[in-house]
Amino acid sequence: MRTLFKTGYRQDLRIWRHPGDILWYGLLGLVLLALPRLLGEFYIGELGAVYIFAIAGVGLMLLTGYTGLVNLGHAAFLGIGAYTNAVLLTAGWPYLLTLPASALLAAIAGVAIGIPTLRMSGLYLAIATLAFGQIVASVLEKWDSVTHGFNGLPVPIPEIFGFPIQGATGVYYTALVLLVAVLWIAANILRTPFGRALVAIRDSEVSARSMGINVALYKTIAFAVAAAMTGLAGALFAQYVNFLAPDSFDVLLSVQFLTIVFVGGIGSLQGVIYGALFVRLLPQGIALVRDDLPGHIGHLPGLEPSLFGLFLVLTILFQPTGIYGGWLRAKAWFQDFPLHRASGFRRQRTYARSERT
Amino acid sequence: MTDALRLLELIVNGAAGGCIYGLIALGFVLIYKATEVINFAQGDVMMLGGFAAFSFITWLGLNYWVGAALAVLTTAAFGYLLDVIVIRRVIGQPQFAVVMLTLGLGFIFRAVAGIAWGYDSVGYDTPFTNHTIKFGNFVLGYDSLSIIGGTVLLCAVLYLFFSRTRLGVAMQAASQNQLAAYYMGIPVRTIFSLIWAISAGVSGVAAILLTPVSMVDVNMGFLGIKAFAAAVLGGFGSIPGALVGGVVIGIAEQLAGFYLPAGFQDVTANVVLLATLILMPHGLFSQRIVKRV
Amino acid sequence: MALFRAENLAMRFGGIRAVDEVSFEVTEGEVFAIIGPNGAGKTTIFNLISRLYTPTAGRMIFRDRDITAIPPHRIAGLGIARTFQNIELFANATVLQNLLIGCHCHVRASILAQLVFAPSARRDEIAHREKAEDVIAFLDLQRYRDSLISGLPYGVRKVVELGRALCTEPKLLLLDEPSSGLNTEETEVMGFWIEDIKKDLGITVIMVEHDMNLVRQVSDRVMALNFGRLLALGTPAEVQSHPEVIRAYIGGEAPA
Repeated sequence: MRTLFKTGYRQDLRIWRHPGDILWYGLLGLVLLALPRLLGEFYIGELGAVYIFAIAGVGLMLLTGYTGLVNLGHAAFLGIGAYTNAVLLTAGWPYLLTLPASALLAAIAGVAIGIPTLRMSGLYLAIATLAFGQIVASVLEKWDSVTHGFNGLPVPIPEIFGFPIQGATGVYYTALVLLVAVLWIAANILRTPFGRALVAIRDSEVSARSMGINVALYKTIAFAVAAAMTGLAGALFAQYVNFLAPDSFDVLLSVQFLTIVFVGGIGSLQGVIYGALFVRLLPQGIALVRDDLPGHIGHLPGLEPSLFGLFLVLTILFQPTGIYGGWLRAKAWFQDFPLHRASGFRRQRTYARSERT
Repeated sequence: MTDALRLLELIVNGAAGGCIYGLIALGFVLIYKATEVINFAQGDVMMLGGFAAFSFITWLGLNYWVGAALAVLTTAAFGYLLDVIVIRRVIGQPQFAVVMLTLGLGFIFRAVAGIAWGYDSVGYDTPFTNHTIKFGNFVLGYDSLSIIGGTVLLCAVLYLFFSRTRLGVAMQAASQNQLAAYYMGIPVRTIFSLIWAISAGVSGVAAILLTPVSMVDVNMGFLGIKAFAAAVLGGFGSIPGALVGGVVIGIAEQLAGFYLPAGFQDVTANVVLLATLILMPHGLFSQRIVKRV
Repeated sequence: MALFRAENLAMRFGGIRAVDEVSFEVTEGEVFAIIGPNGAGKTTIFNLISRLYTPTAGRMIFRDRDITAIPPHRIAGLGIARTFQNIELFANATVLQNLLIGCHCHVRASILAQLVFAPSARRDEIAHREKAEDVIAFLDLQRYRDSLISGLPYGVRKVVELGRALCTEPKLLLLDEPSSGLNTEETEVMGFWIEDIKKDLGITVIMVEHDMNLVRQVSDRVMALNFGRLLALGTPAEVQSHPEVIRAYIGGEAPA
């Protein structure tokens, strides 16, 4: 069992409370940096995609998990970031400018949907964001002059100071660096008044206002920050796929992002990583065992989405705290061993607040 | 064809499409009013109902009316079981979790339908296919008329049910105040399962009415997304609200397809939806329930 | 010196006059109680002062400043804090986090500074933590510091709600039925705290209350309402023996 010996308030503010954590995370960092030398291109490409989805997942986690604003159109921000990056790179802009530009345009879109939805709650917000996502997807499809519509848009290889960022390795390292940066910003948000204000807005808008929180402003900023992070992920996504098609950014992709947040574990940054791993690696896992499954099950069309749906349903029924919640339980079990009690692991009944009374 | 007749044709077709949206929205609203559950699988339940009718009529060779009625009952039973087995277990969880659950269920329904019935569109003969009424140059399909007629009939039945029968009134009571309903001896959980059954049955009827026009296929349920627009437009208040919302969107789509340049038709539903939410956040027939602090 | 003044305050909901031309003044440093039967408009007045509603007529002056139309999130910064009748705490956060949110109106670091956790953000965090710890010490909440609100008993939650309001460092504290749901002991302790708030912290208190013992124990002046209208205003003794007040609560003439 680990105990924390606290001597000052500063300790509570640190991102890593235990000195031991720094060691473990440092080791992890070194391993991740060295991976491209150890694994083949295919695996590095997949990991790069996991990082990209995780960046978008962090944005959605801040918006939906922490501020409580359900967003069913999150893929729109990814699409805007991706196309902005591709179009600007084709026009000759340097990579170090197209990246922030992608984030900025996506943030503007975030504000564009955030402001009209300020007074909408739960259900209406979900449906409005769904509509927004579909409108953006339609625009990306039909604005041929800029996006080439269904003909697709090839993505040029970017360069930083003359070094081309190409191939799976290039995407891997840029995605890793940006993921760390985004996680750092998110961790900062969570330990400052801004983050607490977002949680307050989720739990009780009325008393948040009474505490001096400008709810309208903070909701808009939450949308902008989440959209900016996802726009950045979108720029990297363009690098990853090399060729953009507008139908990639549909409702199904938005559902994948929501799955990352939910299956990973709402309310934790680690959960985003687990969720991204789950969402990206499930198709690969299915492809691997496909041939070994009995009968024709492995070759049914629709196997992948059905397993996806099945996992979602099972998670909600039996493990609503997600992978991260499961990990915490396992950790607690080991830490208390052999003194753990069954009641410490039984799931507590939750009672959601009704929107009515 | 003269402009006026063309306009009339667009309106009738739009109203027919809108009735389908309205029926799905109706099912959606019934569940939401009772349990605050957002059922994103509503469209997919409709799709399953359509395939059920197909199976009864084509595979088992039953008469159209018998097969249709059986399909509606089967779909209703499916809705009931869905609530009992799955939805009841997640009561109390945050809304986001339940949204994810119904999204996941939608995936499963589509996949199972694909496995059972394949991914091609299928259809069957109905008394309404290929029959038309002619008024001079103006042609109206029986199928569109059947949709509108069927919807009106169903809504009248539902209205009478909810306002005149004991069970219907009990459902209204349970939707408005669960605790009080329990105190009055109303078996609230069973009532909610019955509401799911009715909602699923209504979706089944929608599928059957829609089949003459656009056949049955696995992705039929994506109409559900437009139905949300209808439900929101109607303000989540009442049965007529959902219907009116659906018809407005259906007609707007047809008019947009005709008068606006190509490609604008698909976004019409979404634009109408967003515009309504921004200008009239609580829809056309809203019932504002403000939280008291 | 009048800290707060309501002039001909009125609030109509359709045809219902929830608050009907009520005027009163609250002096700095006093405990001012509002009493009345259910539906008299007491919480409505609180919602008006904390700007959750906008009055249909009348004005409110706080420290010589007209607050009738300011946005609700500005009142905390001006120095008005409130507790809620049905406890609106942030259920998924700990007691400490709830108190820290109370300090929000004193944030000096910009949002950009917070995103990168600049030294100004760090300074803010430490200052807020110290303030929250002061309130925890004042209200004896040490053992609940890191507990989630959702697991705490009702009495403790009421105290945390009070603490959160105190963290905003208000000049005027609005307490909405502080003793509702509390047993006799807890009510007595609540009374002591209100007295401490008045004497040690110098905060002016307006409270809506039903418990007459508590009202008698702590308040300096009392205002009685019925059907949105002012019935009586004065010391607790004066108001309690006022014939109109007696008629409103009991009905009919008071016994001779």
